[in-house]
Amino acid sequence: MGDASLVKSLLLALPLWFLAARALPVRLPWLARAALGAAAGWAAALAVTLLVPSGLMAYLVSFAIVGSIYAVLALGLNVQWGYTGLFNIGIAAFFAIGAFTSALVTTSMPSGAAAAFSQQAFGLGAPFLAGVVAAGAAAGLLALLVGGPTLRLREDYLAIATIGIAELVRLVFQNERWLANGPQPLRGIPQPLACLVRDPGCAGLPAPLAALFDPLTPRDYPYVYLAIATLFVIVVYLVLERAIRSPWGRVLRAVREDEAAASMVGKDVARVRLQAFVVGAVIMGLGGALYAHYMIAIDYTHFDALYATFLVWVMLMLGGSGNNRGAILGAFALWGVWTGAAFVVDLARPLLAAISSDLPARGPYLRLLLIALLMLFILLYRPKGLIGEERFVSRDSQGRDG
Amino acid sequence: MALLTVEGLTTGYGEMEVLRSLTLRVEPGRIVSIIGPNGAGKSTAMKAVFGLLKPWQGSIRFGEREIGGLSPDRIVRLGMCYVPQTDNVFPSLTVEENLEMGAFVLSGSTKERKERVFDLFPRLAERRRQRAGKMSGGERQMVAMGRALMLDPKLLLLDEPSAGLAPLLVDLIFEKVRDINASGVAVLMVEQNARKSLELADHAYVLVGGSNAIDGAGHDLLGDPEVGRLYLGG
Amino acid sequence: MARVLARRAGGPRPSARLRRAIGSRTALVALLALVLVGLWWLAGAQGVTGQRLLSLAVRGVMLGGILALGAIGLTLIFGVLRIPNFAHGDLMTWGAYLALFGLTLLPAGQPLAPFSFGAELLVLLVLVMPLVGLTGYLLDRLVFRRLRARRVPSVILAMAALGGAFLLRSVIYLGWGADFRNFYTGRPRPAVELFAGIRVRPDQLFILGLALLLIFLVYLLLERTKMGKAMRATADNADLARISGIDTESVIRWTWLIGGGLAGAGGVMFALDTQLRPEMGWWLMLPLFSSVILGTIGHAYGALLGALVIGVVWQMSTAFLNPAYGPGVAFVVLILVLLFRPQGIFGKPGGT
Repeated sequence: MGDASLVKSLLLALPLWFLAARALPVRLPWLARAALGAAAGWAAALAVTLLVPSGLMAYLVSFAIVGSIYAVLALGLNVQWGYTGLFNIGIAAFFAIGAFTSALVTTSMPSGAAAAFSQQAFGLGAPFLAGVVAAGAAAGLLALLVGGPTLRLREDYLAIATIGIAELVRLVFQNERWLANGPQPLRGIPQPLACLVRDPGCAGLPAPLAALFDPLTPRDYPYVYLAIATLFVIVVYLVLERAIRSPWGRVLRAVREDEAAASMVGKDVARVRLQAFVVGAVIMGLGGALYAHYMIAIDYTHFDALYATFLVWVMLMLGGSGNNRGAILGAFALWGVWTGAAFVVDLARPLLAAISSDLPARGPYLRLLLIALLMLFILLYRPKGLIGEERFVSRDSQGRDG
Repeated sequence: MALLTVEGLTTGYGEMEVLRSLTLRVEPGRIVSIIGPNGAGKSTAMKAVFGLLKPWQGSIRFGEREIGGLSPDRIVRLGMCYVPQTDNVFPSLTVEENLEMGAFVLSGSTKERKERVFDLFPRLAERRRQRAGKMSGGERQMVAMGRALMLDPKLLLLDEPSAGLAPLLVDLIFEKVRDINASGVAVLMVEQNARKSLELADHAYVLVGGSNAIDGAGHDLLGDPEVGRLYLGG
Repeated sequence: MARVLARRAGGPRPSARLRRAIGSRTALVALLALVLVGLWWLAGAQGVTGQRLLSLAVRGVMLGGILALGAIGLTLIFGVLRIPNFAHGDLMTWGAYLALFGLTLLPAGQPLAPFSFGAELLVLLVLVMPLVGLTGYLLDRLVFRRLRARRVPSVILAMAALGGAFLLRSVIYLGWGADFRNFYTGRPRPAVELFAGIRVRPDQLFILGLALLLIFLVYLLLERTKMGKAMRATADNADLARISGIDTESVIRWTWLIGGGLAGAGGVMFALDTQLRPEMGWWLMLPLFSSVILGTIGHAYGALLGALVIGVVWQMSTAFLNPAYGPGVAFVVLILVLLFRPQGIFGKPGGT
């Protein structure tokens, strides 16, 4: 399978290329950075694919995909909380709306025997990108509806309203069969670019490129999806870094630091807050789409407050609010802790069994305990997280000097 | 011996220095007034004396005891009570309950003390069951002063007691300050209304830029051309 | 000051007057009445009988009583300590599971007919209430007090409360698992006819009675005791309370003990009426916050009123709506309040 390793490593190279290019000194011309980064990234990817056993590799790939999805959510939250100070504890709402919207837009209406088991309001059978756009739009619209009446009120009201909308969205997807198959999962969400790994390859792909993907089997699809997911993270990150350094980004921070002062220099504070809230929600909606097309089948239980809201909050706080790199780092680090803790709990089964016969089955909840303690610990002892807030002034001036 | 002695007090908010090396004394049973232009640090001086601001330098002695850095609830127990300029009543509590809160640190009945306050402010006695939030500005000021008198303080701090009141009420409030003082309570007050407060005060300090510029007996300062030109409008 | 001057200068503009009319207390009460009439009409249009609707309304009052137990504590903690306590629902859950734990230790007695529970549940109620209050106070000592000392904004306190909520829930999951539980399994709980065809279960009448008793005790405490008055004073004006020499530490302690204790009782009552689930408190949070905001933050009697309104609306909506949407209905009421009068029924204009 030497050829397969080559293709896999090429797919893995994208995030590594980006990381390498970022790590190289800013003084180099961008072309050199891109080329060096590409070389280094690909070399690393090749080494990883060849050296890591395939079982572990499959695990790492799925870990990185979920980590990327969480990174997108954390980036969205960072716009709202980190840069603007908006307390959204209903991330689940925007995540779920994005996921279900993209699913409905990209699936086809069930027909024949399937129609008896599965109902949905509509199914457009549209391509993946259309689903993604629709997901972002739907989440942004929801944010407009929630933020409109609440963002001009005291800040804790937004928190309550967002909890409310998250519960309401979850209830709707749980109980409305006609909308997205009620409590049952909505299945058959298409995998983007799955044709790359199927036998009659993607139509319209140039022959040499199609030949390149030939060695891959459907089991290798996660590699393709990882490339897509990391591309999402990279694009969202780059766009946000741009936006945060623009005049708009400065206004956001001004609003967060001192609302009164910002309004005194003629900034419409409520409007700016609404903009940030909507932008963050759109990003969360994109994360939802990304999630739906990875899971293939989704239902309301995936969007409960713990997984879809609480974890994202702890991720951002762990990485460092007000810092996009912190958001990404926090997402991967906490997802690592969360999945790693599962192993530890598994190992500790005999010990748990010794304490109480019920406990081994409940072991997974130890992770929740751990995360809750971690959150309180961060709040009390390390409010700025792992890498803390970015200091814009110094960075800007550095850029200008170089 | 002086009841309150402030020596070389320097303090402020955050990085901003407001008081610089302030010195003042209040003798037992006297009325002492602090006047001065806006932003001179008059209210800040009151807050610092009452422990709402930590002194950076200097000392604040109440009787024999150094109180710089003590928290307000400790200072209250020593016999010094404070009436802030604004938000000085509990609006959803009745007049009577407001007074009881003034005596929170005491255990046992507060009936007798309440009656004494009602003797001083008969108008409050009529409205003892009314919520303080529904009362007029002058009545609120009386509730606030009554609350501060519940502990029988040796020293009462009043921050602009006449601010925002109609002229007739201003006279009434100053009259009450005189009555309070006549019952043996020393008063340290900050006032915008310089002329009236100098007429009342045994001693007065003129604060400029966070330090005391001039001080003397109230009547002397009333006659002082410099003070007159600056603060008494001619 | 600027507002006063503007008003003196020429009176409000017509649009401002309209805004003020829409935001008035009367308008909010009328709106809520309209919601109730609308519910009645919607249910009637679907052929629901008046008797069933009345039964639902009575059940709604009962549910409102349970919600009030949670909402009064929530509003006190919100008003006195400035903590939007997102752990309050989970404190209720915690109370219910502590009672469940107690039931496994105590011998099960005969049910006190016509109720489904025995005397042991009453004993446990008396034990559980202070325990839940202590849990809340412990959370304050370990977390909130340190954050207060740093003078953090209230959203950080809200976040810490959220952490506390998940902490409590994880302990519940670890102790009892995620399944549904009941205090008593296999005991029939038939509904009886009260009058005029209104049917309720005896347990529900007990719950209502207990809620009213506890609320009356809270009323006595707040109106008649020195500590209760000090709590109200602190909610009114925390700075002045400190200046007056009120012992803020003991006010904080009592606020948690009372707020937590009521939450514990509410949790036990809710579990008695339905069943125990680790997520039940989380789902109650929306109705609780809706009640608190409807009745004005920090206003104990407002919270009671809000809880009754929310309870009745919730129950009556089940006549024609999937009962699962109950918390969602509470949320709709909340949105209406936020749109028209965000300071709630008893709030002052511009209070938020």
